[in-house]
Amino acid sequence: MRLGYQTRSDIWSYRLRKLVSSAPARIAVVLIAVIWTLPSAGLLVSSLRPANDITTSGWWTVFAHPFEASVWTVDNYVQVLTAHGLAKAFLNSVLVTVPSVVIPITIAAFAAYAFAWLEFPGRKVLFSVVVGLMVVPLQMSLIPLLRLYTQMDLNGTFLGVWLAHTGFGLPLAIFLLFGYISTLPGEIIESARVDGASPLTTFSRLVLPLSVPVVASFAIFQFLWVWNDLLVALVFLGTNEEVTVITARLAALVGRRGEQWQVLTAGAFVSMVVPLLVFFFLQRYFVRGLTAGSVKG
Amino acid sequence: MAANTPVRRARPPALLRLAAGPLRLLASLIVPVITFLVLRWAFTFMRDTEASKLLVGAVALIVGVGAVWVLYLVTDNLVSLLPQRIRETVRPFVFVGPALVILGVYLVYPAIRTIVLSFMDRRSEEFVGLANYAFALTSEDMLIALRNNLLWLIFVTSFVVSLGLVIAVLVDRIGRWEPIAKSFIFLPMAISAVGAAVIWKFVYSFQPIQRPQIGLLNAVYTALGGDPQGWLILKPWNNFFLIVIMIWILTGFAMVVLSAAVKSVPGELLEASRIDGASEIRIFFRVIIPYIRGTLITITTTVLIMVLKVFDIVFVMTSGQHDTEVIANRMFREMFSFGDFGRSSALAVVLLVAVIPVMIYNVRSIEQSRR
Repeated sequence: MRLGYQTRSDIWSYRLRKLVSSAPARIAVVLIAVIWTLPSAGLLVSSLRPANDITTSGWWTVFAHPFEASVWTVDNYVQVLTAHGLAKAFLNSVLVTVPSVVIPITIAAFAAYAFAWLEFPGRKVLFSVVVGLMVVPLQMSLIPLLRLYTQMDLNGTFLGVWLAHTGFGLPLAIFLLFGYISTLPGEIIESARVDGASPLTTFSRLVLPLSVPVVASFAIFQFLWVWNDLLVALVFLGTNEEVTVITARLAALVGRRGEQWQVLTAGAFVSMVVPLLVFFFLQRYFVRGLTAGSVKG
Repeated sequence: MAANTPVRRARPPALLRLAAGPLRLLASLIVPVITFLVLRWAFTFMRDTEASKLLVGAVALIVGVGAVWVLYLVTDNLVSLLPQRIRETVRPFVFVGPALVILGVYLVYPAIRTIVLSFMDRRSEEFVGLANYAFALTSEDMLIALRNNLLWLIFVTSFVVSLGLVIAVLVDRIGRWEPIAKSFIFLPMAISAVGAAVIWKFVYSFQPIQRPQIGLLNAVYTALGGDPQGWLILKPWNNFFLIVIMIWILTGFAMVVLSAAVKSVPGELLEASRIDGASEIRIFFRVIIPYIRGTLITITTTVLIMVLKVFDIVFVMTSGQHDTEVIANRMFREMFSFGDFGRSSALAVVLLVAVIPVMIYNVRSIEQSRR
C-alpha cells in the first residue's frame, strides 16, 4: 500500500519534472505558432466584418463582443464574388489548373518509363539535360514564347497557358517519376517482357498502376504551383476579365482598390480556399510533393 | 510451309489473313491522319472558340488525356510496322519523343533565343553588344535591385534555415501537440504569394496619427508609444518588411523537411552524449547539425533558388517602388511596362547565371548516383 503510494508519487514527480523540462520548448512553440497564425487570422476575421468597421477599428476589437450579430457579415464575400468578378476568376483558375496538371503528368510518365527501362542512344545525356533544365528560371522562356504565341494567336488563351505550364512542369515531373519508376523491381518488368507484353502494355498495365503514389504527390505539387502562380498567368493570359485567373485578379484588385479592405480581405480568402482544403485533407501527400518538388525552376 | 509450322489455335480464316496486311497498313495510315485532324481541330477550337468555357475545359481534358494517349498508341503501332531491327531502336523515342519536343520548344529553344536577344536592342532589331549587361550590372536602378536581391538571399535564407531548424528541434520535444503546432507554422506555404502579400499589406496598414490603427504592426507600435509609420515607404527598411513575408512563407517548409531529418538522428547517439555530460546546446551543435548536414545543404540551396526569383511579393506589395526593386520584378517591368526586350532578356540571363552552380551540382550528383 505504502509502496504503491510512493510509486505513484514517483510517477507524478517524474511527469512533473518532464513537463517542467519541456516547458520552455512548449512555450516557445506555442508563441511561434501564434505569431505565425495572427496575420492570417486578422485577414479571416476582417473579411467577415462590415466594411465600415474594418477601417475604423482594429480586427482584434471584435473579440470584445464576439456574439453580437452586428459585428459579423458575409456581404464582403457576396460583393467580391459578384461585383468584382472573383467567381469568374475562380472558375478560370479551375479551368487553367486541371489540364495543367493532367497533361504534364501523362507525358512525363511515358518519358520517365523510357528513361528508366528502355535502352536508347543518348539516354544518359538526355536525362542529364532534363535534370539541368529543372532549375532553369522560367524567366528565360517568357519573351521568346510570348513572341511565338503572338505569331500563333495563342496569347490570352487557356490552351497557351496549359501548354506553358506543361513545359515548365515537365522536367521536375520526369525527374520525380523517374526516381520512383526506376526503383520498381526489374524482375516484374522483365517477366512482362518475357510473356510477350509490348513496352506500351507493360507501361500502361504494370508501371503506371504501380506509380500511383508518386503521381499523387506530383499532382498535388503541380496543382498548388499552378493555382498559386501569378507570373505565368500574367504573361500568357493577361488581366482580361474573361480569362484571367484568381491570383492575377486579386493582384489587380490590390492595385486598383488598395485601401478597400473589405474587398481585399474577402478576395484573398476566396483565393486561398482551395489550397487550404488541399492542405488540410491531403497533408501527407502535400508535404511529400512539396519537399520533392521544391527544386523547380 | 504448313507442314513444318507448329499448329496454332484460333488462326484467322485465310481471307482475313490475306487482307490483314493491307488493312493494317491502311489503318495505320488513316488513324494517324485522323488523329492529326482531330488534334488540329481541337487546337483551333480551344484557341478561337466563343463556346462556354466549361465546354472548352472538357474538350481540353478529353483531348489532353485521350488524344495524348491515342498519339502514343498510334505512333507505337506505326513503329511496329518497321522491320524488327529498326523497330526496337526507334520505339523508345515514341515514349520520350513528345516530352523532348515540349522541352525543346518551351525551355531549350527559348533559353537560347533569350541569350541572343540579350545582346540586341529593345526591339531585337540590331546587335548592341554588352549594352544591356552594362545596364543590368551598373545602372543606378539595377544596383539597388541587385543590392535588394542580395539582402533577400542573405536574410531569407539564414532566417528560414536557422529558424526552421530550431523549431524542428523544439517541436520534437512537445509530445502529442507536435502535428498541430507544425500545421500552423506550415500553413503559409499552401497559399499563394499574392494571398500572403494581401495578408501582410493589412498587417502593415497605416492610418493617420489621430485615427485608430487597423494594421497589427502600427497598433503594437503606437501602443508602445511610437508614431504610426508607413512601413512600406520607409527606405531602406521597407525591404525588410517584404523579406519578413517570404520568411513567414518558407520557415514552415524548412521546418517540415528538417524535422524529418532531426527525427532520423539515432536516439542512442543522443543518449550517449547526454550520459557523457554534454549539454543540450552542445548536442545540438555537435551531434544533430553534423548528422543532418546533407539535408541542411539541400534546403539551403532550395531556398536560395526560390528567393533568387522572388517576384510576386514585390509585384503586389510595392511594384518595386521606393527602392524595393528586385531582378525578377524589373525583368517583368522591362518586358511589359517599358517594352525593352533586350534589357529584359539580359536580366533573365543574370538569373540563369546565378543558378548555374546549382545546375552543375545537381547534374553531377545525378550522374554519380547512376554510376
